[in-house]
Amino acid sequence: MQHYSGFGLLKHSFSHHENWQRVWRNPTPKKKYDVIIVGGGGHGLATAYYLAKEFGVTNVAVIEKGFLGGGNTARNTTIVRSNYLWDEAAHLYEHAMKLWEGLSQDLNYNVMFSQRGCLNLGHTLQDMRDIQRRVNANRLNGIDGEVLDAQQVQEIVPVLDCSDRARYPVLGASWQPRAGVARHDAVAWGFARGADSHGVDLIQQTEVEDLIIEDGTVVGVRTARYGEIRADRVGCVVAGNSSVLAKMAGFELPLESHPLQALVSEPIKPILDTVVMSNQVHGYASQSDKGDLVIGAGIDGYNGYGQRGSYSTIEHTIQAIVEMFPVFSRVRMNRQWGGIVDTCPDACPIISETPVKNLFFNCGWGTGGFKATPGSGHVFAASLAKGEMHPLAKPFSMFRFHNGALVDEHGAAGVAH
Amino acid sequence: MFHIYCPYCCEYREEEEFHAAGQSHIARPLDPDACTDKEWGEFMYFRANPRGIHHELWVHAAGCRQYFNITRDTQTYEIKEVYKVGEQPTVVANNAK
Repeated sequence: MQHYSGFGLLKHSFSHHENWQRVWRNPTPKKKYDVIIVGGGGHGLATAYYLAKEFGVTNVAVIEKGFLGGGNTARNTTIVRSNYLWDEAAHLYEHAMKLWEGLSQDLNYNVMFSQRGCLNLGHTLQDMRDIQRRVNANRLNGIDGEVLDAQQVQEIVPVLDCSDRARYPVLGASWQPRAGVARHDAVAWGFARGADSHGVDLIQQTEVEDLIIEDGTVVGVRTARYGEIRADRVGCVVAGNSSVLAKMAGFELPLESHPLQALVSEPIKPILDTVVMSNQVHGYASQSDKGDLVIGAGIDGYNGYGQRGSYSTIEHTIQAIVEMFPVFSRVRMNRQWGGIVDTCPDACPIISETPVKNLFFNCGWGTGGFKATPGSGHVFAASLAKGEMHPLAKPFSMFRFHNGALVDEHGAAGVAH
Repeated sequence: MFHIYCPYCCEYREEEEFHAAGQSHIARPLDPDACTDKEWGEFMYFRANPRGIHHELWVHAAGCRQYFNITRDTQTYEIKEVYKVGEQPTVVANNAK
């Protein structure tokens, strides 16, 4: 793999940047792999990367029906934070946060990780009590966090309406200075390049039609384009389509797929240098390095596989943003899109063994999977390499819906689902 | 934006008046004390999530506040039929269990 550096940039400028190496190969799959990962999004590519780099399993294929990072990775609002309430979730997201902090160096690829901080606003007394509880829980878990009053919030974000004239006045916020944003596409591309350089085969434009299961053990996948591809272990990381794949394997997952949408405005001058989220009025916004406001919405209330979302959700979102930032009321919106998120009844992911031997699932991240990308990939890779679940992944077994050990992050995740 | 026919108001109204309440036709176990953990967990948390025909419970929240059923395609978003609680759907997916 060609190493990226300032010197390399200078060297290539002499040949008009025409001789850069291809970022990844486009190989024909082998007949058999140690591990097949179904799904070439951020989490799948991160899994492949850590499998090869940390755990020495390099005979790996990632099978993607479209193109790499073309699903939810390309459709999120790029926010990274780890201020979750429950220990299990906090540890998992903090594991990811620590990997984020060294990710650009590790991958030799600039993922534009920017620790610009994240505010979760409180608009009612109960919000403020929940915020205090969550910040205390975070600090007990070694995660940075502070409780701010309205005046401190106003100092951090001058354009936010912190007056008492608002319908839901800002009373304060939780503040995680180490949180921030990362460039979502670069994350997928960086992991893909890293995985490829360690010998992982990235198979694009290949849809998995069926899982091959013999005697209750998965032995490979059947693809539309290359027929059967065998493997010792199979990991499914297919976000919105997990239920469809689980059905092929003959079991059910407690998931519902909903469209989640986001929108960006026209680029404007720098005005917002942090991430602002509000659970109460339900909107969240940040400003990208390019200058557009990145605005997140809630999920549609009903199941759907159409990657677009409903109009009424856009209206609610814009209402929330204008409530918080009256100054944005005349900013024009450029684009809107939807991604399909598979939501769990307890708003936590499923990283799990399944009733089928050697078949593993990593899904159900709901509305907040992007922030976990490196951590999710790392613990899933460890589980696939050893054949048993990583300690951080164990509480997220799919069997928790049978034994009742739920990790209920609904109200605690910082923003409603 | 859906235009939903409420079978109680007997009128088409806009989606904003309604609220989706998840999968319909979920039977509560007749004898919960006799359920295994697995059976109870499946009743509580496991819902159909088809890519295609789906039977859903909706409530006319800002209207007559009655619950009723909708058969809808989750891929095309086409509403196939609307029927009252207690009635059975006429449009059913080919691969339904």
